Amino acid sequence: MLFLDFEKPLEDLYTQINKLKEMSVKNKIDVSTSIRELETAIENTRTQIYANLSPWQRVQLSRHPERPYTLYYIERIFTDFTEIFGDRQVKDDKAMVGGMAMLNNQPVMVLGQQKGTNTKTRQLRNFGMANPEGYRKALRLMKIAEKFNHPIITFIDTPGAFPGLEAEERGQAEAIARNLFEMVNLQVPVICIIIGEGASGGALGIGIGDKVAMLANTWYTVISPENCSTILWRSWDFKEKAASQLKLTSQDMINFALVDDVIPEPVGGAHTDPEKMAEILKSYLIDAINDLKQINPQIRIDNRIEKFSKMGFYDDVSIEQEVLKA
Amino acid sequence: MSSTWFRRNKQGILTTTEEKKETPDGLWHKCPKCKATSTVKELHHNQFVCPKCSYHNRINSEEYFEILFDNNKFEFLFENIVPKDFLGFVDMKPYSDRLTDAQKSTGLTDAMRVGKGKLNGMGFVVACMDFKFIGGSMGSVVGEKICLAIDHCIEHRLPFMIISKSGGARMMESAFSLMQMAKTAARLTLLAKARLPYISLMTDPTTGGVTASYAMLGDINIAEPNALIGFAGPRIIKETIKKDLPVGFQQSEFLLEHGFLDFIVERKCLKMKLAQVLQWFMGSNN
Ligand SMILES: [Zn+2]
Repeated sequence: MLFLDFEKPLEDLYTQINKLKEMSVKNKIDVSTSIRELETAIENTRTQIYANLSPWQRVQLSRHPERPYTLYYIERIFTDFTEIFGDRQVKDDKAMVGGMAMLNNQPVMVLGQQKGTNTKTRQLRNFGMANPEGYRKALRLMKIAEKFNHPIITFIDTPGAFPGLEAEERGQAEAIARNLFEMVNLQVPVICIIIGEGASGGALGIGIGDKVAMLANTWYTVISPENCSTILWRSWDFKEKAASQLKLTSQDMINFALVDDVIPEPVGGAHTDPEKMAEILKSYLIDAINDLKQINPQIRIDNRIEKFSKMGFYDDVSIEQEVLKA
Repeated sequence: MSSTWFRRNKQGILTTTEEKKETPDGLWHKCPKCKATSTVKELHHNQFVCPKCSYHNRINSEEYFEILFDNNKFEFLFENIVPKDFLGFVDMKPYSDRLTDAQKSTGLTDAMRVGKGKLNGMGFVVACMDFKFIGGSMGSVVGEKICLAIDHCIEHRLPFMIISKSGGARMMESAFSLMQMAKTAARLTLLAKARLPYISLMTDPTTGGVTASYAMLGDINIAEPNALIGFAGPRIIKETIKKDLPVGFQQSEFLLEHGFLDFIVERKCLKMKLAQVLQWFMGSNN
């Protein structure tokens, strides 16, 4: 098990249990009572830690190396998955995966950014940073779903769109912009789930949905706390502060009505019980699709536009003047 | 909010030729590219393009409106939409102070102004970004003004242009600034459905979330010469790939060659070119 810095008290308790177990084997003594006590302590400590997570700690959790990624959820939640590849123009982007699948007998198109699980696959997946090909592949898949009138599910987990030379040559900005525009008008239900990191335009590029939901320990905003710190504080050291100022947690985002739902995670985070997480997510997706299918496609699109139109804060001084005049 | 109401209550928002302040004589400008000197007045008459080497100096909404609208006659729309620090964002300085400072130093309320006037007699709405206001960053006011301008164009059957000049999304508005990308793209779908033209003019610099949303969504995407246009900034790309970037990388000409611009237009030809394409877009075939 991998512990984050703020999980130190938990790590200590687990170490104690392991020591006790070793001792009991070596000296043939019964330690079951002590172990039970320690296990209770672990549960309590975990509940306590996770009840008061700071924004930065949630960012750390969202990046936990044992956290389930897109392909894990696809495997657990769906059946009959056929992965499809390529953008039909340049290549296949391994940072963006997707394909045809069944969700409870409902055909769907499922896609999302994919991170790697070891040094080799992390490179293959480009750390979940898609190139323009990835966004164009995603759009191609979504258009297939639209043609055959099947819902679309996207899983968002990216530290950002890839800032590379070829990415610029092949129009990273255009690819993302095109996706925003096209996703607004999709005739089928679109559900977007932030399952890990939701960084900037790279996340939004597959993030225009009728329902946009965040798993509880994820973040979603315009820039990573580290890059924000570097630009605004001119130093990497203010990432915790940046994380708080950015108000990037799922709770902040739902309070601002910038996302539609927050999906709870098992105590301790999705990685402590991935199967349970997949189960919760599956039931959310089934409900969401059933709800959205009841709505007429044009109304669904109108609602989508209306929802994003409301996002933003500003003062309207003419209204104030009007009030003053009256 | 109707613009007519706003006109009634705020006198002096109609800029006319007579009201325009003349550039004072005797101020000199040195071209950052060829180092040639010219008077500011000379430069102004040359649309702030270096008479020697054609270097396009960065200009703001005031100058673009002057270049584009007939007799510099136009009205500002949606000046009633002003920024606020909803999140109470504080970095090395509170966002609210940044806003006040920028408003004081620029005389602007935010990084975009919308002008409505005539271009060669054709009605035209132009939303222009101001880089001098917090780096032309895109926040809620920019997004809302674009949306209102689109609504206005649909209501009055007018063509629309956005002049982009921006470092990207405004971090101090966090996810709200990110969502302006979605919000403006969504509204542009309505303009497209109304079959009204949208011209995107990219000027130096156009980067980040601005490029990755409305700047790349024009019926035609055009740019001034030698403008920096990209998604990621050159410094970040250099750090990522750990190599020097090729000469001309992310310049207008580079984008044209890679197929992401319809054409590049020099500032002195801008009005003429726009008149041509507007006529094509709006022309009837009877
Ligand atoms: Zn020059």
